[in-house]
Amino acid sequence: MSEFASAFFSVANLINVALSIAIVGVLGVGMTAVILTGGIDLSVGSGVALIGIVTALAAHAGGSPSALMAGILLGGLTGAFVGLLVARWSVPSFLVTLATLSIERGLAYWISGGRSIGELPAGLTWLGQGIVLGLPVPVWVMLLVFALGWFVLTRTTGGRWVYATGGNEQAAWLAGVDTRRVIFATYLANGLLVGLAGVMLAARLGAGVPNAGVGYELDVIAAVVVGGTALVGGRGGVIGTLVGAVFIGVLNNALNIANVDPYLQRIVVGVVILGAVLADQARRRILRV
Amino acid sequence: MTVVEARGIVVRFGGVAALSGVDLTLTGGSVHALCGENGAGKSTLMKVLAGSITPDEGSVGIDGQAVAFGSPRDAIAAGIRMVHQELSLVPALSVTENVLLGAESPRRTMRQRALDALARIGSRIDPDVRVETLSLADQQMVEIAKALASASARVLILDEPTAILSPRECDALFACIGQLTSSGLAVLYCTHRLEEVARISSQVTVLRDGRLIASAPLAQMPREVIVRHMIGRDVARAARTRNSTGAVALAVKGLSSGFVRDVTFQVSYGEIVGLVGLVGAGRTELVRAIIGAARVDAGAMTLDGRQFRARRPHEAIRLGFGFVPEDRKGQGLIMHARVRVNTTLARLASFARAGVVDRQRERQVTRDWIDRLRIKTESIETPVERLSGGNQQKVVLARWLLGQLKVLIVDEPTRGVDVGARAEIYKVVNDLAAGGTAVIVVTSDLAEAAELCDRLLVMREGQLIGEADAADLAGAMMVGA
Repeated sequence: MSEFASAFFSVANLINVALSIAIVGVLGVGMTAVILTGGIDLSVGSGVALIGIVTALAAHAGGSPSALMAGILLGGLTGAFVGLLVARWSVPSFLVTLATLSIERGLAYWISGGRSIGELPAGLTWLGQGIVLGLPVPVWVMLLVFALGWFVLTRTTGGRWVYATGGNEQAAWLAGVDTRRVIFATYLANGLLVGLAGVMLAARLGAGVPNAGVGYELDVIAAVVVGGTALVGGRGGVIGTLVGAVFIGVLNNALNIANVDPYLQRIVVGVVILGAVLADQARRRILRV
Repeated sequence: MTVVEARGIVVRFGGVAALSGVDLTLTGGSVHALCGENGAGKSTLMKVLAGSITPDEGSVGIDGQAVAFGSPRDAIAAGIRMVHQELSLVPALSVTENVLLGAESPRRTMRQRALDALARIGSRIDPDVRVETLSLADQQMVEIAKALASASARVLILDEPTAILSPRECDALFACIGQLTSSGLAVLYCTHRLEEVARISSQVTVLRDGRLIASAPLAQMPREVIVRHMIGRDVARAARTRNSTGAVALAVKGLSSGFVRDVTFQVSYGEIVGLVGLVGAGRTELVRAIIGAARVDAGAMTLDGRQFRARRPHEAIRLGFGFVPEDRKGQGLIMHARVRVNTTLARLASFARAGVVDRQRERQVTRDWIDRLRIKTESIETPVERLSGGNQQKVVLARWLLGQLKVLIVDEPTRGVDVGARAEIYKVVNDLAAGGTAVIVVTSDLAEAAELCDRLLVMREGQLIGEADAADLAGAMMVGA
């Protein structure tokens, strides 16, 4: 086996890939639901940073369990706020989350004074660094969230309504789907997952870091789109998002191992995403006609 | 004088032949009606003539010269213009800009050219307003004006042009078609409305399953013959039975919503009430207000004698209402979603325990209704967009049948639906009324109103202006026919 192959295919490396996509994966499940309704969330990157800061502060004030709760709660509140604006007042999600992207990043810097908040309790860092049955805890969390997301979206009434709302909001509304509530609930769920991902990120870094997660929204949207979920809504799913996240994770990892210049890596990733999306569109066109 | 002559046209999609050896001759100065059920090959044939489909076999000749269209542009250059059923206007541009799209000239002359083009079809639409402010009917007129804006048009292909027009606008359209043919234009007219065929065409061609079934002068093609050719058998008219129980289901008192003002009426269980009037008379607005899809400004409504007001559709549906909207693709169905998903959309919660859908029962019930309504589909997992218009409409109806239904409101239930499916849809609605459901039918088609309804309410400019027994209308129409 070549040097590259033996390094790439080692168990340690594959676990490493899984770990590298854990947070993007958790965010990807919420983002998939949001995109399925025809919306988008641009603020997940600054969301996880703000939640990381608040989690770290809460950990110092009240210990690990309250830190976890605080992080998820803040995520949920943010999601409810966005959901209210999008569902109740029909403000485009692109604009709402463009604003919260800025607000949350600002809050993260402001609250932390621009400094990382470290020395987190062991219980909390276990969420980011612990290992259970040979797999890192974040990987378990990601798998659990994917399983739950898959179940809710494909097996429950709420999931069906998410697809229906994104597929044709007017038709769903006239057929008695409370589309506002569906959209609100989707942003709420997404917010809770952003909260969870924010806690995981702080736990993994061992600190709340105000400039963490920059650009995450793009990684997450890329995973969702490469996974075949349509940006107009109504079509796609979390299995595709998992495939998309793994695909991008493996690509990054392989380029690392092959020692490709980091600047060049970004170009390669961009081109490959474009190629994947074009291939997916071509496939659809051929299957359709 | 023969303008267009198509011979032995064959078009295959994959392995399926959409057209197998069809001939068509269009003569200058006359209207040629193209009839057939959905899926018979009408659209394909029109697209061949308009250059957007290249036939696998056969030839198209214009003035005796063989032509080969590689694109719609070639067909347009040859003088063939097509007005599609779906409008292709730019909403944010003015009428003038739309009519002359792609044929712009200095601003001063453009306005006059647009006015001329509109005058040619007998329309007095303001050329300066933006298209998005026009009614659908006016937009249709702009579309036709646009097709004929340049002088070189020799052939006009119209695909279901009256589907969204009011009777008065239809008259205007027919007058304009008459004017155009007298100037030598050849018109190919595709429609589901057979009374229009009798009214304006001189030659009729019927397609079925991609084959040419008959082509003859109108005199040899009475309505029954056309129908028999279209569906390959005779259709018995649905026998009208009156089912009204006299027990009032829905009562509306002094309802106002938007420009709908002070509407009062009631519907009994088992009764089919038709809401008739011109496009824009406020019928759709009225029923949308009843089911909570539009704001109610004043008035009261009762169901079973109990007062209610639905603020959103799901509240009305919980009370026992069902609504089949007029725009099947835009408001009725999730086109890319499966037949099953569309069928159970309104009643999904009844298949669920603790929010988890019992998929086996969902499939079972869907299959039952597909069989009962004879919906033609490969399977219940086929995307609904692959079904014909009539079968799509049956899916929307099925949605309401699989639960407790007190009042069903259907808006233009057979628009764009072929004759065979139309009779079946009437039967579904009739059976439903026989089972005791109160039905409100919004329709612009008087033949439909006479055939389907017990009682008619006439609307004009947002108000109820009269009431009639449907049997009287049916009688009057028989005398007129």
